[in-house]
Amino acid sequence: MALSYVLEPAVSGFNFENSTRNIVLENGSEEGKIKAPKPMKTGTTIAGVVYKVTRISKLDNLATSDEVVADKMCAKIHYIAPNIYCCGAGTAADTEKTTDMLSSNLTIFSMNSGRNPRVVMAVNILQDMLFRYRGMIGAHLILGGVDCTGSHLYTVGPYGSIDKVPYLAMGSGKLPAMGILEDRFKGNMDLEEAKALVSDAIHAGIMSDLGSGNNIDLCVITKEGVDYIRPHRESIYNYKRQAKYKYKPGTTPVLTKTVNQLELELVHETVQMMETAGSS
Amino acid sequence: MATMLQFPSSVSTLNDYNALYPDWTQREVSTGTTIMAVEFDGGVVMGADSRTTTGAYIANRVTDKLTPIHERIFCCRSGSAADTQAIADAVTYQLGFHSIELDEAPLVQTAASLFRDMCYRYREELMAGIIVAGWDRRRGGQVYTVPVGGMMTRQPVSVGGSGSSYIYGFVDSNYKPAMSKEECLKFTAEALTLAMERDGSSGGVVRLAVISEQGVERQVILGNQLPKFSTV
Repeated sequence: MALSYVLEPAVSGFNFENSTRNIVLENGSEEGKIKAPKPMKTGTTIAGVVYKVTRISKLDNLATSDEVVADKMCAKIHYIAPNIYCCGAGTAADTEKTTDMLSSNLTIFSMNSGRNPRVVMAVNILQDMLFRYRGMIGAHLILGGVDCTGSHLYTVGPYGSIDKVPYLAMGSGKLPAMGILEDRFKGNMDLEEAKALVSDAIHAGIMSDLGSGNNIDLCVITKEGVDYIRPHRESIYNYKRQAKYKYKPGTTPVLTKTVNQLELELVHETVQMMETAGSS
Repeated sequence: MATMLQFPSSVSTLNDYNALYPDWTQREVSTGTTIMAVEFDGGVVMGADSRTTTGAYIANRVTDKLTPIHERIFCCRSGSAADTQAIADAVTYQLGFHSIELDEAPLVQTAASLFRDMCYRYREELMAGIIVAGWDRRRGGQVYTVPVGGMMTRQPVSVGGSGSSYIYGFVDSNYKPAMSKEECLKFTAEALTLAMERDGSSGGVVRLAVISEQGVERQVILGNQLPKFSTV
């Protein structure tokens, strides 16, 4: 029997219940095919750095769906535990749900054991889950935090591979961000230096990658606590709508109105008694 | 999707115009790699490069591919990073449990068999080439290779990974039985250097480990300290 603080793995194997339904929807109706919605991707730049004792993680704010910007103020730093935060790149829904689930499991663990979870525990749970789903969950995550053993920065790939590194960038903008990090990272930087470094790395990602943009969020995690700076640096482009796009009711004239009554035939009627009877 | 990354597919993505979602967001992380292990009298020497790639991007240039399975048993991982990490974790657990039940140190052959069982049973789903090496009291230093597909065989010297193809000649001509520990270290470092020069998926630093009755000694040879050869 699974104890309440142990992550309960899902029933083995994939659940393909909806795939037959999807096939019917896609090929079915006479009027035309219904296309399945495309998953929203966070084309993104995220980066993390371990400095001196603690770590920072940063990311930009954009969520894109193909070439359309879906969410300009998307929050990509997810809370996992009071001492652990996670940046997510990849499919937005996957990163959200995965990190939420991880956070819930670790909260239960904390309550049961009375301790703050360790970063390596979060990483192992994520790795188990993502490996089991064989890459179907598109979550590229940077996990970092400070626990009793020190400060750690890990990356978890969608297939379940992990890497433990002192500095890291992920997402579609990782190439430019990595360039900045490789150039200026040093061991044992102090806080302001590290913040500037990660900020510049994300800035490079925003400038050089179409899928990243808007503001830069920053999260500094130390033994004393967490400083979640949202936003750390705002976008210099402030969009102001040029005109009002709201139309008053009655703008479009109604020419005709037809009401078709649907003829329904009662085929079958069942009554199920509920067990609400009091003492008789 | 998960693709065979030892021999990058001919559908090259270097000229891919889908620039918004570049190649490495779709590819699996692979330790396209060079790994090697040599037996000597009294132990084994294991070596690996340090490059992990996702398509054409180097995801980690300081990877540690020499993974401890037990106190005196290590494995070198090549193939899919996720698969090999998961297999290594599972085998570490099984071997640890077995060792506690037995109340003594496990045999290297046991570890290799556990790897082989898992790699063979799930051969369709996994992409993993592993070299298991270590020291035990019964047979001393041993090297077992478990390539893709799940075969297991003991060899005095074994190379694996995408870079191994470039050094079979070097290994075959330079290996001599009954080498000392220092000779084995030099042999391994040179072989790995030559492979790293020629194979795009191998590079970074050379990580070495010597396992013997006394325990495990680990070393790193940085890129600028690697042995130099005339043509490279």
